[in-house]
Amino acid sequence: MIQSLTDGILVGAILSLGAIGLTMVMHTLRFANFSHAELLSIGAYSALVCDALFSGILPSLAAAISPLSMTWALALAMVCAMSLTGLSALIIDKFVFKRIREKGDELSMVFASFGVALIIRNLLGLIFGLKSQLYSKDIVFAVVLSHDPLVLVKPDQVFVLIAAVIIMLVMHYFLSRTTLGYALRAVAENASLAEVSGIRLSHMIALIWVIGGVLAAAAGVFYGLTNHVSPVIGRDLVLPIFAATIVGGIGSVYGAVLGGFVVGIATNMALLVLPSGYSPAMPFVIILVLLLVRPNGLFGETQT
Amino acid sequence: MIGILSYLVFFVSIASILAIAVLGLNLQWGNTGLFNGGVVAFFGAGAYGTLLLGGTPQPDHIGGFELFYPLALLGGACAAALLAWFVGKLTLHLRHDYLAIATFGVAVTFENIMRNAEGFSGGAKGLRGFERPLENWVSNGFTYNLAFLTCIAVILICTYFFLERVVQSPFGRLLRAIREDEVAARSLGKNPDRIRLIAFVTGSFIVGVSGGLYATFYAFVSPQDVLPTLTFQIWAMLIVGGAGNNRGAIIGTFLIWGAWTTSGWSLSRFAPVEIQIYGGTLQYIMIGLVIVGMLLWKPQGLFPEKLVMSNSGKK
Repeated sequence: MIQSLTDGILVGAILSLGAIGLTMVMHTLRFANFSHAELLSIGAYSALVCDALFSGILPSLAAAISPLSMTWALALAMVCAMSLTGLSALIIDKFVFKRIREKGDELSMVFASFGVALIIRNLLGLIFGLKSQLYSKDIVFAVVLSHDPLVLVKPDQVFVLIAAVIIMLVMHYFLSRTTLGYALRAVAENASLAEVSGIRLSHMIALIWVIGGVLAAAAGVFYGLTNHVSPVIGRDLVLPIFAATIVGGIGSVYGAVLGGFVVGIATNMALLVLPSGYSPAMPFVIILVLLLVRPNGLFGETQT
Repeated sequence: MIGILSYLVFFVSIASILAIAVLGLNLQWGNTGLFNGGVVAFFGAGAYGTLLLGGTPQPDHIGGFELFYPLALLGGACAAALLAWFVGKLTLHLRHDYLAIATFGVAVTFENIMRNAEGFSGGAKGLRGFERPLENWVSNGFTYNLAFLTCIAVILICTYFFLERVVQSPFGRLLRAIREDEVAARSLGKNPDRIRLIAFVTGSFIVGVSGGLYATFYAFVSPQDVLPTLTFQIWAMLIVGGAGNNRGAIIGTFLIWGAWTTSGWSLSRFAPVEIQIYGGTLQYIMIGLVIVGMLLWKPQGLFPEKLVMSNSGKK
């Protein structure tokens, strides 16, 4: 019970990071981006490559940061992966989404994101192989938090949770205290009005993609660190992340954070009563319940 | 010679079955502008429904009601329609992308339940114990397949003419009106939510018929048949053919299914062994490129929708 709760919170932190970017894209660009979860895969794999690169150049970096299995090289690689994934998101927008957006069809965007997801996922499989990989082959033992009830936590998981919360706090500071954050929120609120006030719409859209990519990369690396890296990360996480945005209400950043934790915890708690084979279906059940009870999400506003 | 001929019959049968599903999707996306991200769930509901209703009793799971075949097929299609009604009722009055997400979720969940609920669907090993209708009466397998193809073709043609009638009817005009400008349609006293629900359920019913025929053709269905891949394939067929054009949808099906089987065959035949395990991966990239490429450079497809203008509009 407590163990499921702990695991749920840890998974929830990862989902929240993914959902923040998705909810911003969905709100401002008005389409359900089915390729957002693939950004997590891109992040996880870029970190894998950078990690190998850094450890190769400077072997001293390959030492693990005790008590984590994470190395200094991976920490650096994560920063690189975040910028690379932000860049990838921009490139994908430039070549696909922007061009379709200019034709003015929102539904075609949803459709295109399906295609983009399929291409990215399988290209990653083609380049890196279909098998799953690990950042570190060292076995890190879980730490017993308490014996009764038995709660086990790996140091990596604690690190991931703390790092995710710090990133979310930075996001909060950025959105609520900086001019750029104000501009971003203005665009999400009313794009035309924001443009009249002298905000460059194209710059803001680019910024949203970069933020989405950066946060997704962090989520991807965290997922890789606590699970494994494989080309199907995107396929496995797309529905939970969507569920998190819907629970929070499309467009609400704080809702997305909460939604991520709700989905993570609910999915893990459900395993107490359901066989584990059913866990991929849980996010959908959450979506269903929410649509029945509160269609606009916990923090969402009515919109057409 | 007979080998090639029987393969041809096989190919045309599958393509025709899929064409029915593409026609159903065309009613939803092409004519009404509804994004169904989980075509495969409705296809699967039709397939599982038909086999459960029409199959022989099995010791380890429910079903096997040995229903008269057309009734079983109808039941399968109704199962798909019911599922669509449920999803549509929940999401069609919300922002358009809720439907996309919910249908996508239905597909994931459907596959998941079929894989796990052994007592219901036979689990991962699939649903067996179905006898194809009248198969004992026809001794020759080839003749049977040919006769089966004829039945499929008849259903395909009926579906085509039915949908053509719908598109040209006042109801079809209403669908396009809602797709183009919901507020304007509402101002004329129409109820977009209800009309969209009708179109969505009808389209899913047709997809369900296609799924039922598919399962009948193989006399078997397993979770492997309801993977998201099929959704992507059906979408690619529609977008290549041209959304909104029923004839285009059928031609698109044959083109994409031809390209899919040919590429699969050539990869397994000519590609080196190391590459062969990536055969599926390469094919998925191909489907993804077709979808994105069409949307970027030829969004109306090879056969664009013909805009119907009323007589009063022509003047």
